[in-house]
Amino acid sequence: MNISSLDYSSLRSLLIAKEISCQEVTRFYLDKIEQNRQLNAFISVFADKALERAREIDYKLAQGTAGSLAGLVLGIKDLLVMQNARTTCGSKILENFIPPFQATVLNKLQAEDAIFIGKTNLDEFGMGSSNENSYYKPVKNPHDTTRVPGGSSGGSAAAVAGSLCTAALGTDTGGSIRQPASFCGVVGLKPTYGRVSRFGMVAYASSLDQIGPLAKSVADAALLLRFMAGFDELDSTSASVPVADYSVMNGSVKGLRVGIPKEYFISGLEPDVNSAIENTIQLLKDSGAEICEVSLPHTEYAIATYYIIATAEASANLARFDGVRYGYRDEHASNLEEMYINSRTNGFGEEVKRRIMLGTYVLSSGYYDAYYRKAQKVRTLIKKDFEEAFKTVHCILTPTSPTTAFRLNEKVADPLTMYLSDVFTVSLNLAGLPGISLPCGKDKQGLPIGVQLIGKAFDEQMILRFAGFIEKNNPILNNRQVSV
Amino acid sequence: MIYEPVIGLEVHIQLLTQSKIFCSCSAKFGASPNSQVCPVCLGMPGVLPVLNKKVIEFALRLALATNCQINHRSIIERKNYFYPDLPKGYQISQYELPFCEHGFVDIYVEGLGAKKIGLTRIHLEEDAGKSMHSESYVARDESLVDVNRCGVPLLEIVSDPDFRSPREVSAYLTKLRQLVRYLGICDGNMEEGSLRCDANISLRPVGQQQLGVKTELKNMNSISAVEKALEYEIRRQTAILHDGGKIKQQTLLWNSNKSVVEPMRSKEFAHDYRYFPEPDLLPVIITAARLEQAKSAMPELPQAKRTRFIEQYKLPEYDAQVLTEDLEIADFFEQAAAGVQDKKSASNWVMGEVMRALNEQGCSIKNLRITPQHLADILVMLEQHKINLKIGKAVFEECLQTGENPAEIVAKKGLHQISDSSAIETLIDKILDNNPAELSSYLEGKEKLFGFFIGQIMKETQGKANPKTVNELLKQKLRQRQETTININ
Repeated sequence: MNISSLDYSSLRSLLIAKEISCQEVTRFYLDKIEQNRQLNAFISVFADKALERAREIDYKLAQGTAGSLAGLVLGIKDLLVMQNARTTCGSKILENFIPPFQATVLNKLQAEDAIFIGKTNLDEFGMGSSNENSYYKPVKNPHDTTRVPGGSSGGSAAAVAGSLCTAALGTDTGGSIRQPASFCGVVGLKPTYGRVSRFGMVAYASSLDQIGPLAKSVADAALLLRFMAGFDELDSTSASVPVADYSVMNGSVKGLRVGIPKEYFISGLEPDVNSAIENTIQLLKDSGAEICEVSLPHTEYAIATYYIIATAEASANLARFDGVRYGYRDEHASNLEEMYINSRTNGFGEEVKRRIMLGTYVLSSGYYDAYYRKAQKVRTLIKKDFEEAFKTVHCILTPTSPTTAFRLNEKVADPLTMYLSDVFTVSLNLAGLPGISLPCGKDKQGLPIGVQLIGKAFDEQMILRFAGFIEKNNPILNNRQVSV
Repeated sequence: MIYEPVIGLEVHIQLLTQSKIFCSCSAKFGASPNSQVCPVCLGMPGVLPVLNKKVIEFALRLALATNCQINHRSIIERKNYFYPDLPKGYQISQYELPFCEHGFVDIYVEGLGAKKIGLTRIHLEEDAGKSMHSESYVARDESLVDVNRCGVPLLEIVSDPDFRSPREVSAYLTKLRQLVRYLGICDGNMEEGSLRCDANISLRPVGQQQLGVKTELKNMNSISAVEKALEYEIRRQTAILHDGGKIKQQTLLWNSNKSVVEPMRSKEFAHDYRYFPEPDLLPVIITAARLEQAKSAMPELPQAKRTRFIEQYKLPEYDAQVLTEDLEIADFFEQAAAGVQDKKSASNWVMGEVMRALNEQGCSIKNLRITPQHLADILVMLEQHKINLKIGKAVFEECLQTGENPAEIVAKKGLHQISDSSAIETLIDKILDNNPAELSSYLEGKEKLFGFFIGQIMKETQGKANPKTVNELLKQKLRQRQETTININ
């Protein structure tokens, strides 16, 4: 049986019908991981543990006591803390860090009998758009191994695209789930800020971070979100907004209004991306949705605003990696200051250090008002732009990224160009809104193109409905999986 | 030129919450190093702080007691600096919008009178850990970190620069310590560091408005140390100014062994703290309803207690003042006085015997072996003439030593007062008969010998005879003997 082509929703019926066992599914993915080591999608693989869990869950399935995610084999971005399993964050500084506690989302998914197969590769501490900023080698795009998978959840996106697992968890601070989902041709969902507990996600930029699923289908993303979401008393910023059964999706988009922000159709947009988006808009229009132009006038400031706020928060969040209590420490330092400097200089990668310095700078006395405070004000304006737009539309549609997957090393030397690949995704994090990226076509080289749907705060249901519709009705999406 | 000191204080108080401010670890003082820690207070990657609601309750109490304006919305921020005892690399504190502002505390200084000390602000923050350099278990070339104190809740109370003398400062600290103890939010122990005080001090010519250059004094572990350090610093700055020198703005540490201030190494305080709002915590919102609830739940404050003691127990103002100075003593008095008729006598015993015992033992009232109930038992036995005053004091002493129940001490040692007239009469006769010389001297007019006979009787009864009865019966017996003698003659 070719498990590669199956999403969890299809796999589950086979598991229930006992046509296949969790152990077989797990073994299949473990083999795939082994065969695709060159992708560098995983930093750690828990072969024995995963098989043992699979055995337990097979027993539960036989007893009829298995949870709602029984046999869903999950890759976990290595920015999420897993008890007694090495959690590296893609960094040398945490090379040997084994946490004594576990992220809330992992506890929730474990309770539903998901199987954790391994920790996926990422840009160090979630900082990057190409997955080239990992201490554990760059991840490669399964569609073309000379190209990047996007980032920072590149390992998760590549693992799902390459069928190394059923689905994966990612984190999204400025597009880190959606952009790699787009590059790798999978579904990636960033929930509303506060929808999913951040407890156990190693913080990059606390006011922007969210954990979300990467999956083979919209239905899988919806199912995972359902069990990830909810208030957590360990996260004061998590929201007590009721969690809907996202897997129930009304098929029709008739009469719904879709906003197309004119500011997003910029000169840097690749023609193939543009036409795939146009086709998707046409599909919705043909299906009875109303297409309206909307304006998000502060879009041009989003990248700058993002890089001030995110780096400011990161500069504090990453201060704890000082070599004092855990993680990498320079043992040759002759005094405290030297230990700090050497541990952090040798322990962090270039991009992380760049962002720490940027963040430290924008918070420094004399610069705070000009940068950090101003950025907070612009953030409010960006939020208001969306609020205004959502007065007239049910959802907003944009490209996920201006380009398809670029080549490894293509942008490494030019951080600014790299930052621009997040131009369509960062605004949502600044506004705290939910967004989903799903495949909507391919470019001339056969590389996947993603469309992004943006919803109102806590209205994941609406974007899942649109995404489900597009997925079902887009004629070019007939062959989603990649053969690797 | 005559200079006047201008002093402002930053006082940190550790709150008496069960758990720490952002995690459920115990906040208790004195546990073995790193035994009260968890991923949150250790600052492990991935953890998030959750604000302890009790901290807000305690902050509200202090804000109300110090007449502060409570901000409806206050912001929690991160204060960034690197130090090994600060696991996250930032301290969670408040900066731009503190919990409350613009309060005051009334102080009274002997000889100077009453004065209002303004409070700039009070804000919430977490304590840092402790670096161990010189403890016996630390090797010479290493430093260890004890994280137990990390995350212990603090309130920082920043005063206006309203103090003009060290004595005002010590009156304020005494008042503040009394207040936080009354509020039940801090034990006020400066030696253990649960109340800490840093002082900013500058000098200016009397009459000048503009402030001089200030120095900051740290590391003072008692109110008297604060006073001494300030006096020292005033002398130091005065000498410099008199010589035409300039004061250097710096942080100074009080060295209590040498009684001098010493400059802190400049590296340790040259910080740009880069405060910014803590994204992991929501703003603290105090609704009108919450405020009302806090007001109605306010514990009784010293002034109110003093007034009540005067009214309820009919105590003189002096007694009420002395008893209410310390909440624990006030509580001790109230518990002891509860079952006793004579409240003034209860007051006398607490102000006399109990306070003397406290001074002698140098301990807190909780650690005395005698309890308020014990004292009440003694007072009731006195009232019911079961024992006399002298025995009462002896029983108090015994109880102080052993913690034994006073009634049992009395029973065991047979200390019950002898009020039975026939027994006492027999005894008097015996004493008079056994001391014929003294008796005849008395009868010849040496009336001072009355005391001698009393002494003999008390000695014979081991002090248990009811003094009043003895007094009356002895007079009666002596009168009879006088009459008999006259008759014989």
